[in-house]
Amino acid sequence: MSTAVSEIDEVKTTPWAGGHSPFNVEYGKIMMWFFLLSDAFTFSSLLIAYGALRFSSNAWPAADKIFQSVPFVVDKGYPLVFVGIMTFILIMSSVTMVLAVEAGHRNAKKEVAWWMVATIIGGFMFLGCQAAEWTHLHGEGFWWGSIPNMEKLKEFFEGQAVVSTAYSQQFANLFFTITGFHGFHVFSGVIINIVILINVLKGTYEKRGSYLMVEKVGLYWHFVDLVWVFVFTFFYLV
Amino acid sequence: MSSEAAHTHAEGEVHEETMTKSKIWNVFFILLGITAVEFIIALYLVPHGIFTYHAANPIYIVLTLAKAFFIVAYFMHLKFEKVALIYTIIVPILFIIGLILVLTNESHHWIDVWRP
Repeated sequence: MSTAVSEIDEVKTTPWAGGHSPFNVEYGKIMMWFFLLSDAFTFSSLLIAYGALRFSSNAWPAADKIFQSVPFVVDKGYPLVFVGIMTFILIMSSVTMVLAVEAGHRNAKKEVAWWMVATIIGGFMFLGCQAAEWTHLHGEGFWWGSIPNMEKLKEFFEGQAVVSTAYSQQFANLFFTITGFHGFHVFSGVIINIVILINVLKGTYEKRGSYLMVEKVGLYWHFVDLVWVFVFTFFYLV
Repeated sequence: MSSEAAHTHAEGEVHEETMTKSKIWNVFFILLGITAVEFIIALYLVPHGIFTYHAANPIYIVLTLAKAFFIVAYFMHLKFEKVALIYTIIVPILFIIGLILVLTNESHHWIDVWRP
């Protein structure tokens, strides 16, 4: 036991006494976690509103009847195929992001750059798919404040007791708001990823000696993927 | 001296247990597999009457939570962080789940009130 340290200083070296962070995580990364937690609250409030409206409804347009098309390929008869492709793209881009982080741990600049490029491409592909999906639904007549005519609605409510125009409108508003909010997150994620890619190529993180920034942005990107997992379940499956 | 040694030991631990390439792909295939199961239920089991609509929903939710666990624990690396950070993130989420349970119960009540 060394006696060079006075008793009061010794106390301060333990995590909860202010010696060092009990989280053992860099400041920016903790802040990213807290931001994501607050963002999770926002998404939860939207999804809870959706759930509450849907649980209190007597009829709701059936997802496998509405989402039947694969834009540019086939218009009808393939429920959930397109959203399956979108889900695959987003999970895939999450994987490339983790691989970028992993390469960052080894300080392999080139690998980080390539995996970031792959992630950005994945993000753009997802946004393209979402634009196609929105265009398709808009073509059907759904939009904020507008729904298709009665004949079309009957298809979506097939097998249900009533055809509800009020709940069709709720569906449309919630769908565009929630997927729109998620899409906006993907879009910002792509922009942030591009900024990070430029910094990787410029050698900013190489000079800094750590690719921690890639990790922090990776957290955000995975969160966007995480939210999609929930949107996918509650809008397309349930 | 002793606390310093403990500190470096803790850091060593963090660097030991981390994501390797093969682990990343394992998690990817788990996520892909769970999604595939969800599709099989939605496109085959429910339309063919093997599962009812109401039986399928809780299964979707459990599978979704499983996917969320794998993304947060491995991709977001939370499993390898300090316990304090894990609880800081997870406990508020548990409150959200509580809110969801309360509100879905509440909305079931609304439909009974409104039903003519």
